Order: sequence, then structure tokens, then C-alpha cells
Amino acid sequence: MVFFWTDTLIFLVLGSLLLAFLRFGRKEQWLRPWRKLTSDKPAMISLVILVVFLLIGLLDSIRFYPAHATASAGSVIVQGEPISLFDVWATTIRTHDEKTYSAPFASHLYTRELLPDGVGSGFWGYARLVHGGAHLEEPDSRVHDILQTVVQGTAKGLLVAGLLVLSAAIFRSRKKSTSMSKEICQLSGDDFEKPWRSVLVTGTLILCMGWTLVDLSVHYHVLGTDKVGQDVLYQSLKSIRTGLVIGCLTTLVTLPFALVLGIVSGYYRGWVDDLIQYIYTTLNSIPGVLLIAASILVVQVYMSNHAEAFDTIAVRADTRLLFLCLVLGMTSWTGLCRLLRAETLKLREMEYVQAARALGVGDPGILARHILPNLFHIVLISVTLDFSGLVLAEAVLSYINIGVDPTTFSWGNMINSARLEMAREPVVWWPLFAAFLFMFILVLSANLFADGVRDALDPRYQRGER
Amino acid sequence: MTAYIIRRILYAFPLLAGVNILTFLLFFVVNTPDDMARMQLGQKHVTEQAIQKWKEQRGYQMPLWWNGQSEGTGHLTETIFYTKSAGLFLFRFGRSDSGRDIGSDIMQRMWPSLAIAVPSLVCGLLANITLAVLMVFFRSTYVEFWGVIVCVAMMSVSALFYIILGQYLVGKFLLLVPISGYDTGLNAVKFLVLPVLIGVVSGLGAGARWYRSLLLEEVEKDYVRTARAKGLSETRVLFSHVLRNALIPILTGIVAVLPILFMGSLITESFFSIPGLGSYTIDAINRQDFAIVRSMVFLGSALYILGLVMTDIAYTLVDPRIRLL
Repeated sequence: MVFFWTDTLIFLVLGSLLLAFLRFGRKEQWLRPWRKLTSDKPAMISLVILVVFLLIGLLDSIRFYPAHATASAGSVIVQGEPISLFDVWATTIRTHDEKTYSAPFASHLYTRELLPDGVGSGFWGYARLVHGGAHLEEPDSRVHDILQTVVQGTAKGLLVAGLLVLSAAIFRSRKKSTSMSKEICQLSGDDFEKPWRSVLVTGTLILCMGWTLVDLSVHYHVLGTDKVGQDVLYQSLKSIRTGLVIGCLTTLVTLPFALVLGIVSGYYRGWVDDLIQYIYTTLNSIPGVLLIAASILVVQVYMSNHAEAFDTIAVRADTRLLFLCLVLGMTSWTGLCRLLRAETLKLREMEYVQAARALGVGDPGILARHILPNLFHIVLISVTLDFSGLVLAEAVLSYINIGVDPTTFSWGNMINSARLEMAREPVVWWPLFAAFLFMFILVLSANLFADGVRDALDPRYQRGER
Repeated sequence: MTAYIIRRILYAFPLLAGVNILTFLLFFVVNTPDDMARMQLGQKHVTEQAIQKWKEQRGYQMPLWWNGQSEGTGHLTETIFYTKSAGLFLFRFGRSDSGRDIGSDIMQRMWPSLAIAVPSLVCGLLANITLAVLMVFFRSTYVEFWGVIVCVAMMSVSALFYIILGQYLVGKFLLLVPISGYDTGLNAVKFLVLPVLIGVVSGLGAGARWYRSLLLEEVEKDYVRTARAKGLSETRVLFSHVLRNALIPILTGIVAVLPILFMGSLITESFFSIPGLGSYTIDAINRQDFAIVRSMVFLGSALYILGLVMTDIAYTLVDPRIRLL
């Protein structure tokens, strides 16, 4: 097992979220927004999708050095580079490398080359792929084979989903001692309380699609291969982790700054307030992209000056990713800080705070017991709202070469390297399509979920049903 | 009111000083001129003389803050801080690491940036407001429901997608306008159509949704109910009461971004190879020309602070309560 900084941090964040959930999950003031969130249909559907993405990202964060790290035939692993649990699971698509571009579901390469014809002279033609459709004698019969696999995969997915629903119904009927048919009815309908049907349909769809994809990718490159012949589906799935790390860690790494400075500035006012306001206005006034560019240049210089500390590609890529999160956080914490300051200014004049002060509670006590808990909804809303923007920003930054390391799998890097191929004839569209599709799914569900969280937590949205 | 505005303007100076010191720390202290020289000359096989020569050519050989070897004011003036950073306050940007005059480059490249940014802003504003008003007019119907969903979906698409798709469609099929490039004078128009269009479309989702929420906030206020109660038509209420009041936050928001328009858009300009300040910055980042990046950081911050001051002034003009301060 090997833990890089981002891995450790992501598990730390998840662990503390879980702890907070267990600790505060039973309190009435959190149960009410939770109930509202779970009755929000788009938010719950997005949550299912986000959980799937999160699971893939987490699997990809448990990394270790393979026991026999010698590169087997066709494998991309260089000796000494760690692989993740996800890599092990996706060994098929990880090791099925071709020579160069091939279209989705293709059986032949995208480019022509000189092929031997047995006589010795050779001719120009499209070579068969090493893995894509190689199990077929006659490559033109692919459609039939693909359809068969799709049907089988869907059937397996449906079966598993059905079993899961059934076991959930049995569990619930045992727990609440009701009849099982009633539970199944409840689970298969969108009642007023919980949109069970939507959640289950989404889950079933994901299971079916996932199973089909797994079955298909044994024999085909579902999303084609890229310039060096690597499977695009594998790249897109690996990029999930990068997107999640940037989206989650960025705000959470700098959350302490925003919290402490915002509260202190709002609570103590006076010269402390002036100073903190000055700091965040100054930071805010530097254009974000330029600050990031400058900091990334600095990191590059630092890493090349201390080359001995960053000996492997993985360590370098990970350090750069972490640093990108820090810098992105530095440019984005100011907004949250301002919101927290304003809210603290309001809270400190509340009757219950004045009562606590009159009863002789000290400043630390008031801050921890009365101010901080009342700020958490702002923090949650802001963190979820920022998430999608950060995932999108990664792609743009990677395009200007100031994003993640070029060796890291990320949608931005995929777009960047595939962009120039749009001019070719026929068009190499699949790497771009894959990157944009995955990014769109993640960002859309993050946006919808963030809307749900905001509706559930923000008092301003709780008056009417909008 | 005058005192308030003067105070806000004076507040801008410490901010500028802070930005200046921060960029100085980032570019000269954390990242020394030696590092810069090595980066430019190549990491390995570089002699000490070559580094010294590189630094002397660009004036980086002086001490950072305090020159002990000089006489009188030379203690302070013959330093990197004085020659490289203090001049920024007077918008003297000096020379780039490749020897060009940054100030004249900026003056020249400002206009293409503005030629894209201003039409994008105006068209985007019109399109966003139109859509937002439509959504509010049809509120709590399917039009609004699907409008919001389309907006969220459009927000979730990467800006790069719009640019790549737009270039591809226009370049491959329509062939109406050139994909990229720039020209002087009126000839530039045909190069500007596509970037402006894509700029408007990519901002549509977020913009229309934001303006819709601003309008909805107004719609629920008491004066709107009064207007309806006295028998005005819904169109009349929307346009002459709600929209007018909602324009206050919209326009004061616009004022804040006006100065930043000079900086141009990094992505759009580099995709369409328009010789504006955005592509200038990107080129500098890719060439690792620290002098240009430093100047652009300062210029961007100065313009942002100008935007802050202008917003404050706009608020005093719009909101009578602030005039009392």
C-alpha cells in the first residue's frame, strides 16, 4: 500500500464527513433539511450518480506497488509506478493497447499502413486491431455480437437490480413488520416523501449500463483508442478521480482559512476586521488564472530544483495536483470568507448570543457553541456550489498547460491532446466526446445536487415551494 | 457622499500596494532570478557565467530590497524592487524577458481584446435578460421548468466544448466565416462573429438563471402586487416595474466587470488566435516570460480594483441610502 498526499486527504475528508454525519445526523435541525433533500427528485438522482463516481474515484485512490511490476506484454505500467485497486479491476481495458487511433467498436486501425500479404511485397491497408473485435472471424458481423452482449449485459444488470430491490424490501418489511408486497409497492412508486422509484430506476440503469460496458470492453474498445492506442474508456474512468480530487479537496483544504478568518473578522470587528478584509480583497483582486499560472510556474521551478525529492512520475503528478488544489482554493476561499463574515456580523447581535454573553460565557464558548453551528449551512451550500465550477476549471487550466501534470489522467488533458485531431479526415471525435460526456455527467449531477442542497438549507428558499 | 467616494478611492492604494508586494514575493523571493535564468537557459549543462549574463541583460543582478554597495538614494533605487516593481504603480511595465517593450505591446493588443469583449458583453446581457424575462413571464409553467433545466444543462457544459463544436461546425459545414485569425479595421468583423456568438452562448445558461432569480425576487415584492391590483397588465408590470428595479443589481454587477474587459478572454483569444491581451498572457505563460506575467497580474488587479471603486460609485448614484454615509 502506498499513500500519496491527495489519497490521504481524500480519505481524511470522507472520514470526517462520515463522523459529522454520525454525530449530527440525529439532530432535529439537520434532519429537517435532510428530509427535504431526500424528497427532491433531481437531487436524489444526481446523488446516485455522484455516489457511483465517488466509488470509482475511491477505488482509484487505494494504490499499491504491484508485486511483480515487470511490464507484461502490451501493458502500460512502467516498473515502479503504483497501480490502484481500480486498475486491477479494469485490467482488461488497461492492458488492451492498440497501435494508434481506432474508432469506437472498430475492428481495424484508423490509419493505413503497409501490410504483409504473404508474398513479400505488402500492400497499403487498415490493419486488424490486436484486441478490438479480435475474437470474430468475420469483423463485419460485429453488430450482431454487440447487440447480443448488450442484451445479455442488460439482463444481468436487471437481475442484480431486482435482487437488490427484493432484499431491500425484505429488510424493510422485517424491520417495520409490514407485508412485503406493501414494501415493494412503496419502493416502486414516487410517493410524496421519498422519490424511491426515480432512485431505483437510475440505479438499475447504471447497473445495466455498467454491466454492458464491462462485457463489451472485453472484446471491443467501446470509446475507441487514442493516439498511442490506449483505451479511451479507461482514460475517462481514470480521470474521474482527478475531477473529484479537484472538486472536493480544493474547497476543503482552504475551508479552515475561510472559517477562522471569516468568523474572527465578523465577531471581533475593529482593526482585525479591517486587516482581514484587506487581505481578502487584495487576494481577490488578482485575476485567478494569473495567480494560478504564477504559482504553478513557481512549483515547477521548485520541483526541478529539488528533483531528488520527486523521483517518480507519480509523486510529481500527485504533488502538482495537490498544489493546484491549494492554489485554486486560495483564489476561491475569499467568497466564502466574505459570506461567513457577514453572517457572523448578524449572528453576534442575536438575542441568544447576547444572553450567553450576559451569563458570562467567554468568547471561545460563544464562537464554538453559538456562532459556528449556525454557519454550517452556508459552508455546505458554498462547498457544493463550488464543486462543479472547479471541475470545469480544471479542463480550462489543463488547456493552458497550468493545470494538472500532463501525465495525470484528466479530462482536460484528454481534450488538450485530442483538440488538434479535429482537423483530420475522417474526424477523430471520440476522445473529445468521451471527455466532454463524462465531464458533463459529473458537472450536471453536481449542479443539480447543489441546487437541492441549497433549497434544503437556505432559509430564503424555504418560504414558498419554488 | 463625496467624502465616501474619496475614501473608497483612497482605499484602492493600499490594495494596489498589497498586490504589488505579493507579486514581487511570488516572482522574486519564492522564485529567484537564478531559477528563472535556469528555466530559460535549460535545466542542465548551464554555466554560472551564462546565468550571470542572462541576469545582467535583464537587470536582475541587483539585490532585492537594499543595495549596500551604492551611495545615497542608490541604496533603495538600485534594487530589483525599485526598478521592476515600483514602476508598475506608474504603469511603467519595462521590458519583457525577450526584450520587447511591454507597455507598447499592451497598448497595441488592448483593442482586439476589447473588440471581442464589448460585443460579447452587450449581446450576452441582452440575450440573458430576454431569456430571464421570458422565464419569469411564464413562471410556474412547463416553459419555466424546462427553461431552468436547459439552463442548468448549458451551465454544465465546458466552455471548451462550445468553442470546439462551434469552430468545427462553422469550419466544416457552413464556411461562412473564417475559423480563426484577425485583421485590422472593419475587416475584423468577420473574424469576430464566431467568437462573440460562442461567448454569448456559453454564458447563456448561468446568466439567464441568475437574472431569473433576481427577477423572481422582485416579482414577490409588495409594489408589484400594488401595480397588479391597480389593474396593470402582466406585461406592463413585468417590463416597467419589475425589470426596471431588477436592472439595478444587474447593471451594478456589470460595472464591476467593465474594466476587466481590457484583459480579454484567455481561452477564446487563444483558440481563435486573436492578438489580444488574453493570448498575450497565454503566450507569456507558455514561454515562461515572468516579466509579462508579472505586468499582467498587476494590470489585472489594478483594473479589478478600479471596478470595485466604480461599483461603489454606481451604488451611491443608484441607492440614496448610501449617500447619507
